[in-house]
Amino acid sequence: MPKGEIVLGCLAPHPPHVVYAENPEQNEPVSEGGWETLRWGYNRLARKLKSIDYDALVIFTPHWQTYIGTHFLGLPEFKSKSVDPVFPNIFRYNYDIKVDVDLAEKMREKASEHGIITKMMRNQDFRVDYGTITSCHMLNPDWDKPIVTISSNRNAHYYSAEVMNEQAAALGRACAEAIEESGKKVVMISSHSLSHRHFVTESPLPEDMSKEHIYNHSQYVWDMKLVDLMREGKMRELIDILPEFTEQTIAETEAGGLTWMMAAMGFPDYSAEIYGYQSVIGTGNLVAAWDPNSVTREIVL
Amino acid sequence: MEDAEVLFGIYCPPHPQPLLSPDANHGYSKLRAAFETCRERIEQSDADLLIVYSTTWPSIIGHQIQAHPEPEWVHVDDDFHYLGSMPYKFKMDVDFAECLVDSAKSRGLHSRTIAYDGFPIDTGSVVALKLLNPDNRIPACIVSSNMYANRSETIVLGKSIRDALSKQKKKAVVVVVSSLSNRMFTEHIDPTEDRIHSPKDDEWNRKILEFFADGRLEDLSQLSREIHGQIRVQKVVAYKPAWWMAATMGQHNNYDGEVLAYEALHGSGGAVVTLTPSTGSVGDKEFDEDDVEYYHGDRDVLTKGML
Ligand SMILES: [Fe+2]
Repeated sequence: MPKGEIVLGCLAPHPPHVVYAENPEQNEPVSEGGWETLRWGYNRLARKLKSIDYDALVIFTPHWQTYIGTHFLGLPEFKSKSVDPVFPNIFRYNYDIKVDVDLAEKMREKASEHGIITKMMRNQDFRVDYGTITSCHMLNPDWDKPIVTISSNRNAHYYSAEVMNEQAAALGRACAEAIEESGKKVVMISSHSLSHRHFVTESPLPEDMSKEHIYNHSQYVWDMKLVDLMREGKMRELIDILPEFTEQTIAETEAGGLTWMMAAMGFPDYSAEIYGYQSVIGTGNLVAAWDPNSVTREIVL
Repeated sequence: MEDAEVLFGIYCPPHPQPLLSPDANHGYSKLRAAFETCRERIEQSDADLLIVYSTTWPSIIGHQIQAHPEPEWVHVDDDFHYLGSMPYKFKMDVDFAECLVDSAKSRGLHSRTIAYDGFPIDTGSVVALKLLNPDNRIPACIVSSNMYANRSETIVLGKSIRDALSKQKKKAVVVVVSSLSNRMFTEHIDPTEDRIHSPKDDEWNRKILEFFADGRLEDLSQLSREIHGQIRVQKVVAYKPAWWMAATMGQHNNYDGEVLAYEALHGSGGAVVTLTPSTGSVGDKEFDEDDVEYYHGDRDVLTKGML
């Protein structure tokens, strides 16, 4: 069996607003659009994914929060409705998701060998989190590939952003080993915003773009610092300053997704593909991808 | 306006063990028995509604109030999914929820009702309502805990609940769903070996329970920041349950307190406590932090002094 590999890594933020704005049939609320800079970037990345041969999407989500270890979805299908607990007015999504349970189990096994506390989630009534659904919908609206969802252990809360960085990196290395042994081609997804301070009020029409802007300027400056490092291919340096970024901008990187993905990909020293940056209810959101194949790697924006 | 009538208050833990696995550990069954005692007391009271403030329902857009008349779903906890599912069907006091949104707005808070089929009611609220009000004998109201709210906003939220109770002339039992110390073990454990995560957490929990037993609710409210620093994992900006409970029940120390159970729940401190308004104050503390009646929003400290 040939070795498995990571064929693409995606930074895929999950404000439910982008799904709401797309008006897919699965989502009940109807919008007049909004957040095009982000959505059009997503649409372009989704087109690139269509041109890539892969077996599964593996996603690390901040909205399945576990305190007792790292959990993996462990049943082949989940079909239900996801209502966002924070923005239920814009996200009530009927989903039907296939899971690559073999790959999930392999990752759990490898993580466990590396000393990480793990658990398979095998309760059929479990609701898949809206972070997973939003990022996967935007990257693959046809839902024609199985996924693996990995919960985010809240190391940053229990210990510190530094400990989170170390543990997420260890998990990333374990997942990379599992992918290699599985013989599968995998797309990794780190699902989160960058700076993450929200406005606590919402305009009557959530998609009123005249009201949308970053929460404050320092959040923006930090976000741009990260984008620059991504363009320059300095992912090791970026991960090294991530604890400070996370603290300064109460960033959603606190969950560990970006560190997990970068460690799994060996801290790329090539440029990231930048697809779009936009604020959503004050938070900073970037769609980006890391393509290990230098032939297909592009300068997008 | 007549003063609000809160018959008594309950402080109880959000973890699902007392509901799903009460026999797995002697402590869990003691917590379960304490929930049962509270259920009986609610049945014996002439309460018109239960008002639940749950730390496991975070909100961002202001303060969300559950207003679906009969929310129904099968809930599964993120961590403890292997203990089983929690099917629920509750009855909400929609009139009260709408009145509360108005009251909150008139005190400067951003607030809205939530009434969607399939809305994910949180583990803490599900556990509390299933154990305290299993037959939906009286309707309930669940309010969210805004993740950015701090002392002022939380106290004003409590006061707006008193306003709504007075307006509607309803008698309430208030329920705060929160751990004391909230650090859990980060490993899966044999439930028979459950214990409080550290002696320090245990000591602080017992100190808090002494205050509860003495009915010193306002003193606990004033100690919230200290409690947050000492025994709360820093998930949110502050330990808010005592602020909310004091502002909703009345900001004083005139209560009869009763600690019905105190046990470990995967390392965290789980206590079931009741507070009943009485007369005769105890306490030896006075405080200089101003009380607050109206919420003025962010003070825009971040944008002042920037270039
Ligand atoms: Fe998020």
